Amino acid sequence: MNRTLKIASVLLAAAVAGPAMPQSAVDEIAKYRLQLQDGNPADLWEARGEDLWKQKRGPKNVSLEQCDLGKGPGVVKGAYAELPRYFADADRVMDLETRLVHCMVTLQGFKQADITKRPFGGPGSRSDYEALGAWITSEAKGYTMAVPMSHPKEQEAFRLGEKMFFFRGGPHDFACATCHGQTGKRIRLQDLPNLTERGDAQRAYTTWPAYRVSQGELRTFQWRLNDCFRQQRFPDLKFTSEASIALTTFLAKNADGGKFNAPAIKR
Amino acid sequence: MKKTTYALAGLVVLAAGCASVSDQETAQKALAVMKASFNEKGQAKLDRLDQDETQKACSRPESEPLPKDEAAKIEKLNFASIKYPADGKMLGDWREGEKIAQSGVGKQYSDDPKKPSGGNCYACHQMSKTEISYGTIGPSLYQYGKLRGNTEAVQRYTWGKVWNSNAYTACSNMPRFGHNGILTEKQIRDVTALLLDPASPVNQ
Repeated sequence: MNRTLKIASVLLAAAVAGPAMPQSAVDEIAKYRLQLQDGNPADLWEARGEDLWKQKRGPKNVSLEQCDLGKGPGVVKGAYAELPRYFADADRVMDLETRLVHCMVTLQGFKQADITKRPFGGPGSRSDYEALGAWITSEAKGYTMAVPMSHPKEQEAFRLGEKMFFFRGGPHDFACATCHGQTGKRIRLQDLPNLTERGDAQRAYTTWPAYRVSQGELRTFQWRLNDCFRQQRFPDLKFTSEASIALTTFLAKNADGGKFNAPAIKR
Repeated sequence: MKKTTYALAGLVVLAAGCASVSDQETAQKALAVMKASFNEKGQAKLDRLDQDETQKACSRPESEPLPKDEAAKIEKLNFASIKYPADGKMLGDWREGEKIAQSGVGKQYSDDPKKPSGGNCYACHQMSKTEISYGTIGPSLYQYGKLRGNTEAVQRYTWGKVWNSNAYTACSNMPRFGHNGILTEKQIRDVTALLLDPASPVNQ
C-alpha cells in the first residue's frame, strides 16, 4: 500500500493542478500496473522451479518428474487449471502445494516436517514451493480454469470453503466476504475483487501466483490466503491445511472458465 | 454454477443412500476444520474462531440478509452493549481522531499488542477533502457533522455507531470498535470529534 500511495501521490503532485480527484489516482495506478507487465522477475522463480522439478533430490535421489498433479505422472502442462482436485492415492482433495508436499514425501522420501518449514520466502530464505509453484503454474498459462467437481470430496471441499468464506470472527468481525463479497468496492485505493462473482473471481484467481513488487517475492495462493487471514485478525493459517484447501477449492471453482494467466506481477 | 454443484452433490449423496448434508452440518464441519487449520500466533489465539451470537448470525452472503425479526434481535442485543461515557463528554480532539482514522494497525498477529490500535476509517470511508486515498466499502462521511449538526442526539448516535455498529445495522461490515475493545473510550471520543467538530477537516 505504501508504495502504491507514494507512487500515486508523486503522480498526482506532478500531473494535477487544483483539487485532486480520486478517480485520476486510480487511473494512474492502473497505468503503473500496466507498465509493470513489461518485465516480470517471476522468470527467475520459474527457472529455479523447473530445476527443482527435474533434479534428483531427497533420500531416494529421484526427481519430481513422476509426480502426478492430476493429469497423470509427469504431466505438468495445464495441470494447475484443474486444481484443487481429488487424488485417489491420498484419498483427499489437494491443492498444488499440498500435492507437492505429498510427492516430495512419497517419491523423494523427504520427511514432511523437514520440508514444510519454509512455506514462504523472506529476507535471506527461499521457499521451494514458491519456485515450483511459479514454474508449474507458468505451464498452465492460457489454459481454461476447469476445477473438477465430480467426486463427493471435491463437492464437500467446495461447500466447506464457501462456509469459510462467509465465516465472521475475530475482534473485527471480518470474513473473507467483508472485503470480497461486493462488486466495485475498494480499500483505500486498492480495488477489491468480488470473489463470489464470476468475472472478478476469474480475474483474481487466474493472476496468482504473482511477483509482488512491494515484497520482492513471488507469492503463491497459499501465501495469499495466509496473509488475508492475518489482516482479517485471524490466527495463522497452517500451510496446506484442510481449510486452506477447501477455501482454494471454492475460489478456484468460482473462477471456472477463466483463462489462466500467472505468474502475474502485482504492486 | 452453484446450483449445478449442489444438484450434483445431491445426486451423489442420494446414490450413496445417505441422508443429505444440511446447511447446519456443513457449518459445523467447516468450523471444526477451521479449528484444526490455524495456529495461535502472537496475540491472535484460536479463540478468535469462537463466534458470538452476532458473528454466527451474520456469517452469510450480503445477498441473503437476515430476516427482519432476526435482524431486529441482533440490533437490540448490540444496542444494549453500548457504553456511553460516564461524564457524558462524547467529543474529544479531532486531531487525535484524524490520526486514529488514518491508522490501520492493531489486533493482527503481526502487531505489537502494547501499542494502541487504529480505527482505519479511511480504509472504507471518504472523510475529508484532502485525503484522497479512501475506500468505498462504507458510505462517504465527508461533511458528516455539517449535514447533521452537533446536537446531543447526533452525538449519542455517532458514539453508539462507532462503539457498536450492529446496534443500528445488523451484520454491518463495520467493526464494533468499542464493544470488541479495538478502540478505547478516549479514542472513540476523538473519532466522534473528527466526525462532529465544526473545525474538523471532515466538516470543511
